[in-house]
Amino acid sequence: MTRNVVITGVGAVTPLGVGARTLHERWSAGRSGIEDGFGRALEFEPKEHLSIKEVRRADRFTQLALAATAEALEDAGWDDGPPGDPDRAACLIATGIGGIDTLEQQHLILQQQGPERISPLSIPLLMPNAAAGVVAMKYDLRGQSFGTVSACAAGAHAIGIGARLIRYGDAETVVAGGSEAAITPLGTAAFSRMDALSKTGISRPFDRRRDGFVMGEGAGVVVLEEEQAARERGARILGFVRGYASTSDAHHLTAPEPSGRGASKAIELALADAGIGVDDVIYVNAHGTSTPLNDRAETNALKAAFGEERAGQIPISSTKSAIGHLLGAAGAVEGIATLLALRDRIAPPTLNYEEPDEGLDLDYVPREARPLANGEVRAIGISNAFGFGGHNAVLCLEAS
Amino acid sequence: MSTTATREQIEARVFEALEEFGAEPDQISADAEFETLDIDSLDLVELAQIVEDEYGVQLKGEDMEGIKTVRQAVDLVASKLG
Repeated sequence: MTRNVVITGVGAVTPLGVGARTLHERWSAGRSGIEDGFGRALEFEPKEHLSIKEVRRADRFTQLALAATAEALEDAGWDDGPPGDPDRAACLIATGIGGIDTLEQQHLILQQQGPERISPLSIPLLMPNAAAGVVAMKYDLRGQSFGTVSACAAGAHAIGIGARLIRYGDAETVVAGGSEAAITPLGTAAFSRMDALSKTGISRPFDRRRDGFVMGEGAGVVVLEEEQAARERGARILGFVRGYASTSDAHHLTAPEPSGRGASKAIELALADAGIGVDDVIYVNAHGTSTPLNDRAETNALKAAFGEERAGQIPISSTKSAIGHLLGAAGAVEGIATLLALRDRIAPPTLNYEEPDEGLDLDYVPREARPLANGEVRAIGISNAFGFGGHNAVLCLEAS
Repeated sequence: MSTTATREQIEARVFEALEEFGAEPDQISADAEFETLDIDSLDLVELAQIVEDEYGVQLKGEDMEGIKTVRQAVDLVASKLG
């Protein structure tokens, strides 16, 4: 018997505020969370969400993950732990960079005061799996627990692998997501030196004038459950993870393969995994970074996977136009944005998209949100996430 | 390089540190056990760093072995100073 994977809870902390629905509503209303060239989670005050001990014992990326998890679990109707056997509850929290703020602070102490003054909490705070470990510990999730590390595809990998754990029978429940807090002096300087960041500080995916991405921070977490068990406990079902696939460009350390070969393969495999065809997809949440290379390669990939004609008919929008690039959290936050868009049957807009670029001629939902196909068709969409290293991960989601 | 401090001053500084570490303020007392306060080995390493910064007293891992209560920790620091 097929084990279906349902999404019963979502949580997010983003530059548009605290809360998954806050993200969806503000983005749909055309609001931007980007100020002065950065997408900071300014409305997130750690002490409002965490105990003193939790704040001290967590780098900012883990703090963000804890807050998003608390929201997702409450949304799913969980009391302090999983509804079923804790041994069969998994926890996968992605990050692109991990605790870089802790690393930088401790390195400064090392230089100025010597090794004796380094905090014993340094490693437990900066390790990229810290968020997964801390979340599992707090909520008694005793099954598989680890961080996924695949740069900007990591959040989608966590949700996709989480869904596979349930389908394969390794887990009944999974807390999955991604978290990132890399807007630090070293983080920003390093991305800037790659010429990856927008010099204008404007995130305008697919626009002719796009000149790089805008760094963002935040976290997104979903609660996945096996459908039958979720129905038996009377859970409200937000939607389904219908399909997931992942490929590698095997091309360049940072640049996407220009034809979008690997990305299109991931899309095709995700649709096949979901058992659906190209006509069933009514919305695409693009990776859409606002870099010259990604947005062109992704457009090529969408055309290759859907066919030129169908690709031109599907509304495609980029969450990064409103919150910037949340790196390892992006795939998770955008998966949530995709699900909520499908639930409301609305395509939020690609903000700042005004001037078409040669060859980038798909429907990028400019200016304002637009209604999606009416209630007679299934609400199925895909969320793309691609990362440095050539990692491609695609989620195929359906709203219930 | 040890500095002088009364036992009361040391105790006050330790209480303050425990509160910073996230222990419940109304549970902190000389007789309280670290385990009850949810203060673990990582916190105690930080406490040792604070003590060294404040009083110039070095506490090694073996010094801290068997230390279970706040009073025992304060006594240890006071004895090193004395």
